[in-house]
Amino acid sequence: MTAITGSAWAPSLGYRIRWGASDTFALTKRSLLVWFRVPAYIFFSVIQPVIFVLLFRFVFGGAIPVHVPGGYVNFLMPGIIAQTAAFATFGTAIVLAQELQKGVIDRLKSMPIARSAVLTGRLVADTIRMFVTILIIVGVGYAVGFRFLNGFGWAVAMVVLATVFGVAIACISAFTGLAIGDEEAVQSFGLIWLFPLTFVSSAFVPIATMPGWLQAFASHNPVTYVVDAMRAMALGGRLEPYLWPNLWRSMIWLAGIFIVFLPLAVRSYRRAS
Amino acid sequence: MTQFNGAGEQPAILVEGLTKSFGQVHALRGIDLSVPRGTVLGVLGPNGAGKTTAVRILTTLLVPDGGRAVVEGHDVVREAAAVRRSIGLAGQSAAIVEELTGRENLEIIGRLYHLSRAETRSRATELLEQFGLADAANRTAKTYSGGMQRRLDLAASLVGRPRVLFLDEPTTGLDPRGRLGMWDIIRSLVADGTTLLLTTQYLDEADELADEIVVIDHGLVIAAGTSEQLKNRIGGDVIEFTVPDRGRVADAVAAIKPIGEGEPHADPETGVVGVGVGARGSEALIEAVRALDAAGIASHGLALRRPSLDDVFLTLTGHGAEDEQPNGRRRGPRGRGRAKERGTPEGQSPEEKTARAAS
Repeated sequence: MTAITGSAWAPSLGYRIRWGASDTFALTKRSLLVWFRVPAYIFFSVIQPVIFVLLFRFVFGGAIPVHVPGGYVNFLMPGIIAQTAAFATFGTAIVLAQELQKGVIDRLKSMPIARSAVLTGRLVADTIRMFVTILIIVGVGYAVGFRFLNGFGWAVAMVVLATVFGVAIACISAFTGLAIGDEEAVQSFGLIWLFPLTFVSSAFVPIATMPGWLQAFASHNPVTYVVDAMRAMALGGRLEPYLWPNLWRSMIWLAGIFIVFLPLAVRSYRRAS
Repeated sequence: MTQFNGAGEQPAILVEGLTKSFGQVHALRGIDLSVPRGTVLGVLGPNGAGKTTAVRILTTLLVPDGGRAVVEGHDVVREAAAVRRSIGLAGQSAAIVEELTGRENLEIIGRLYHLSRAETRSRATELLEQFGLADAANRTAKTYSGGMQRRLDLAASLVGRPRVLFLDEPTTGLDPRGRLGMWDIIRSLVADGTTLLLTTQYLDEADELADEIVVIDHGLVIAAGTSEQLKNRIGGDVIEFTVPDRGRVADAVAAIKPIGEGEPHADPETGVVGVGVGARGSEALIEAVRALDAAGIASHGLALRRPSLDDVFLTLTGHGAEDEQPNGRRRGPRGRGRAKERGTPEGQSPEEKTARAAS
């Protein structure tokens, strides 16, 4: 015991990667199983964006003049899809806080599993869930008149960008959930920042209609860059010139979010108790 | 404290001078423990005594500030990975996924221990039967009673066949029936040779299950020994009664003093008088009736009862076992402690529980 050799068991890197992948897979499967077991969860993650689609398409939409091919419904859908991806991460924060509270994370941490598996398993499962939700919302959009106008390739790219954006937000949510560690607190105020972030952007209305001080925030909001890039990807045409500049800015922002919040989430997972 | 481990055989758990503080709160102020293989150590103490902090350090969830802890020959800090391969942990709440069935919960744990598919299945089946959950195996855990959920949680901690098992207040929040069921299961585990460290707030629980008991308070071990030794220090059973005439409390104390094995304690405000009477139970009760009668003191509710955690603390520390210190956990916005307090009747004394069971 006085020896400082540490554990005699020193597995190779390859072995550890396979071990970690297997643990991540088991935990991903666990989360997805919950999802299949309680279909209401899918329903609830879809119902809110569907209401938004209908509300903005048919109630507010007529009053919002936009200059994009296909009119307001085409303007709206990329914004709704980005917001859906961001709001899907409520689940990430709430479930992590809940598992922390119930001692599930303690149990997992006291077991000989890869240290990264709980967080990666959660993120992988939530990414799959988010992706499915996005596809459903695209379908709903099609039902109310939305159309991709820029070809299949850019349509796929738009969905991918929305998903990557969602995963970046999921890192922030994971950090928030673990740092707060209380399900009710997370539910009531932990993710309140998502509302101004998604609404004060180009997601629902053209920024030019906002008062000047708000425009200053909205036009530098990363959600605006992501939504503008998605819109240009989906619609092309006269939005084509906006595609690459916004895509670059989006990628830099998203990389920044990953670089800052992934380590923070990992750190709060390690400290969580 | 325990010296009966054979020459050369190291204890399953060895703790020396362990300290841990959370800001200004000194959760552990230097505790020593030694648990020989295949035995049960009961760690007894009120809320906030440091029990959970100790368990969290021993299960590698927290890093201590000072001292050292060794589990199955591995240091919990430097060889945490090796420690995790030999332990199981069941905490104060059911750490299970309620949306999944009992079987699914156990099978996921099995996969995380890298058992093969077949092994995972058979281990889950085996545990579900052992824990009386076979009939409920394919129902979601949400439909389980509190006792069943805790049994499933305990089963989950055993999937990896741990050599050392940590149970942190395994019966807190359970109804009396759930508690008894849990005790039976814990006893059967011990019979299989698992080393067990169990924390509890209930003296009767430690008495039922533990070979050795350690009493901790404010982060220090204040007493250690077998249940018998500890009870002898408290003075075994307790006679307690209320003197309705508050002016005669002192007379009552004087009257029963020769009967007790320790100093009687009295509360002048409520008129409650109590004294430890060792193993002389009913004999002492008759003497007390005679002594009070001879002195002409009226009394209410004269009864003999088993010593409670409060009696242990009154005897050992001079103060009751009230919750006067924050939990061993990190405070701040965390809120786990709060959720626990909300959810479970922790303040309940064993007497209250028995009374409920009887009604």
